[in-house]
Amino acid sequence: MPKLKVDGVEVEVPAGTTILQAAEVAGAEIPRFCYHERLSIAGNCRMCLVEVEKSPTPVSSCAMPVGEGMVVHTQSANAKKARAGVMEFLLIHHPLDCPICDQGGECDLQDQAMAFGFDRGRYREAKRAVSEKHMGPLVKTIMTRCIHCTRCIRFATEVAGVPELGAVNRGEHMEITSYLERAITSELSGNVIDLCPVGALTSGPYAFTARPWELRKTESIDVMDAVGSNIRIDARGNEVMRVLPRLNEDINEEWISDKTRFACDGLRRQRLDRPYVRRNGKLEPATWQEAFNAIAARVERTSGGKIAAIAGDQADAEAMIALKDLLAALGSSHIDCRQDGAKLDPRARGSYLFNTTIAGIEQADACLIIGADVRHEAPIINARLRKRWLRGGFAVGVIGPRLDLTYKFDWLGEGTRTLEDLATGRHPFAETLKNAKKPMLILGQGALRRADGARVLGLARRIAENGGLVREDWNGFNVLHTAAGRVGGLDLGFVPGPGGKDVADILDAAGKGEIEIVYLLAADEIDTKKLGKAFVIYQGHHGDRGAHRADVVLPGAAYTEKSAT
Amino acid sequence: MLDDKDRIFTNLYGFEDWRLPGARARGDWDGTKEILAKGRDGIIDLMKKSGLRGRGGAGFPTGVKWSFMPKQSDGRPHFLVINADESEPGTCKDRDIMRHDPHKLIEGALIAGFAMGANACYIYIRGEFFREAEHLNVAVAEAYEAGLIGKNACGSGWDYDITVHRGAGAYICGEETGLLESLEGKKGQPRLKPPFPAASGLYGCPTTINNVESIAVAPTILRRGPEWFAGLGRPNNVGTKVFCIAGHVNKPCNVEEVMGIPLKELIEKHAGGVRGGWDNLLAIIPGGASVPLLPKSTCDTILMDFDSLREVKSGLGTAAVIVMDKSTDVVKAIARLSKFYMHESCGQCTPCREGTGWLWRIMERMVKGEAELEEIDLLEQVTYQIEGHTICALGDAAAWPVQGLIRHFRPEMERRIVARKQARVARAA
Repeated sequence: MPKLKVDGVEVEVPAGTTILQAAEVAGAEIPRFCYHERLSIAGNCRMCLVEVEKSPTPVSSCAMPVGEGMVVHTQSANAKKARAGVMEFLLIHHPLDCPICDQGGECDLQDQAMAFGFDRGRYREAKRAVSEKHMGPLVKTIMTRCIHCTRCIRFATEVAGVPELGAVNRGEHMEITSYLERAITSELSGNVIDLCPVGALTSGPYAFTARPWELRKTESIDVMDAVGSNIRIDARGNEVMRVLPRLNEDINEEWISDKTRFACDGLRRQRLDRPYVRRNGKLEPATWQEAFNAIAARVERTSGGKIAAIAGDQADAEAMIALKDLLAALGSSHIDCRQDGAKLDPRARGSYLFNTTIAGIEQADACLIIGADVRHEAPIINARLRKRWLRGGFAVGVIGPRLDLTYKFDWLGEGTRTLEDLATGRHPFAETLKNAKKPMLILGQGALRRADGARVLGLARRIAENGGLVREDWNGFNVLHTAAGRVGGLDLGFVPGPGGKDVADILDAAGKGEIEIVYLLAADEIDTKKLGKAFVIYQGHHGDRGAHRADVVLPGAAYTEKSAT
Repeated sequence: MLDDKDRIFTNLYGFEDWRLPGARARGDWDGTKEILAKGRDGIIDLMKKSGLRGRGGAGFPTGVKWSFMPKQSDGRPHFLVINADESEPGTCKDRDIMRHDPHKLIEGALIAGFAMGANACYIYIRGEFFREAEHLNVAVAEAYEAGLIGKNACGSGWDYDITVHRGAGAYICGEETGLLESLEGKKGQPRLKPPFPAASGLYGCPTTINNVESIAVAPTILRRGPEWFAGLGRPNNVGTKVFCIAGHVNKPCNVEEVMGIPLKELIEKHAGGVRGGWDNLLAIIPGGASVPLLPKSTCDTILMDFDSLREVKSGLGTAAVIVMDKSTDVVKAIARLSKFYMHESCGQCTPCREGTGWLWRIMERMVKGEAELEEIDLLEQVTYQIEGHTICALGDAAAWPVQGLIRHFRPEMERRIVARKQARVARAA
């Protein structure tokens, strides 16, 4: 543990720590652009220069490991001069178009120019302009503002696993580009917007809509997938302007998927803003009272056994438990939250959780993926798998479709045959799992949705038992959900009670007329044609498939508008 | 002046056969096995004793550099990389070594590689050196054929492979870590140090990068003994050196001379003197484009070696002497160098990427005097804002020529500014 002095404060840090990190421990703030703790060190912006005694030149603190007895000055005249010089260089070709730049108000360059720069520019020559680049509809580019910190390049290459960004040309003609000027083929591309310290990469949909200081910031959890990424919802008035990630080391670190980030524009489209009642085959606006009356009239003449309820993917726990209680009171046990028909077993909690935890992936040393497109179903978890894979010593086997997961894996095969071979130990990968210290498997909904999903679950369980995936100190059995509300629904027992029907049976029975009332709690991913002549109550926030079929529509709040679990 | 018997590069001018038989006749590949038999430490000790300083520009002691390689391999292979990306304006010494005496380089590569525990050597040759690469490739093939390199090189029991790799013509790929990036197939951008190449270089393995001349002189030093080499020149600046004399001299040439030869003697004896006589001299850049120029007053007495030139705030660099007589527009000459550095900056780190262009733009105005007097100070400050703040030495190299110009020719720059202003006033009146 080397000891060093930063601005007179003595600190002891682990060997291999950089001066910049040591300075943070000592409480000294060092400005930086290119350095980002989750990316590799580039050391190219030179903003973090500090003075180190006995070094003839200033040292870039982000890249220099500490040494025993180092004496570092971050506030000395030389250090300040070096940083002011770098800042001047950064600004000479920067367009200084802050008034029309979306980064304004949350721009590292702006802030650091105020804190560490000169008070005027001395550059009188022509400025460089960079021809417009195109990076798709999500990431807006104004590359003249770019300061070439290469954070976006490193993110795409390292975290997202799509080496599609790079720098072309040399010297002051260097330009950051996606080479072919196409959108980055990553589900995490929006994160480069947050990473960009200036206004070169900004959010396309959010462009010119708001200033950061106008926004009300609400901390929340994302429901677009089952990861539960921590997000911050920025709203102006009653309108959600954008969604940003919030730091949570155990879940999303500081990334979010593009779906999470950019889905908020849907909150303004096709919303259910009032109750509707179907009259003469047509949904007509109604008052709440009229809607309730229509429901009551129908429920009163229907016996409990002929009423069913299906909860949708984004339904919150509070709503589900209320609906469950309601159905119980009406005497029905036909409830289900597995609208895709996944054969999940609600009795054993361990059989439907992601037991390893997302952060736990980093300890695993072998992984079997069964019927899951992790990259698209849960980009954040895929990024974690890639992070683990990059460290080496991580064998990944895949059963199911052969996809590009951004890391290398052994494709073991498709279908239950391969699964059986693994369960019985005939397949060589079974040995890999057995020899691994902390093996894990990820079971996707694609496998569980199949007609023989229950058998897949059983085989996966056998693989877990034979391969030593579940032990006292380690649980490597994981089910990857695609629906945010699924685990909550299973926990609450929003599943058929004794004699109750599951989703497929409810639809069958509705088609036959045995079920007369179906209550859809934001459930849209079902074949609504199968509902037959049943009376459908739809409660949700978007005029989606379920609402189109409904006889009564009750408008609800979306995930950004309510407090729920 | 260097005696003929002390010359290392006896075929510098290509009057004799450059191939293996010719090289053997000149004494190359003689007793290489015995040299290798001295062992790694033995060779490195002798090199340290010889006092050879790297010939690529920085002048770091070669033996010490070799000793930085790990004594024991941790499983990773060791590499020797030879920097033949000779792109420093004014310099053409490695070029003549490779086309007229390639076997000196190859023998040196074997010895140096052996001394650092490397079984493989890459020679990164500048892309424009087409004929030189041809010669080098032929020479390498000859050496393989004769069993001098390859399996059991020279019967020493040491396996050694040499690969010649042609660059694509970027100046920055002559920076040692930029060269490694380029060799790995990436964009030629220098790496951060630490880690130094001896710890983690080519493909993350321990690597030493040496200049062609440093490697090519090694066999002769080891054959004739370090005392012989150390006996030439001045203390700490010993041995012989190939000087490249170009510009306004009567007979531009490459010449091997003893270190510490007076600059005036070098030019008068070997390059036929300055055009129009010594008194017609304006200034000399003594070590390739990246070192500050020297005015005539300094050139009269200065000795050509690392320490003497450093004392006058210049440097030996690659020992490429660029002579400028009084017909030279010295501001324009330096402006051209600024343009070169702007063009060759890799663009990775801020001060060099942004600063070199700024320097060039101001210099272009300075040529015509389209500037304010205060801007000379601004120009100087910008050079100091670049120098020492960059990842590699290209930033320094861009700054130094301009600093040298301001140091020695500030009155000339001021004269142009004032003259232009007066001309404008006169026109108005």
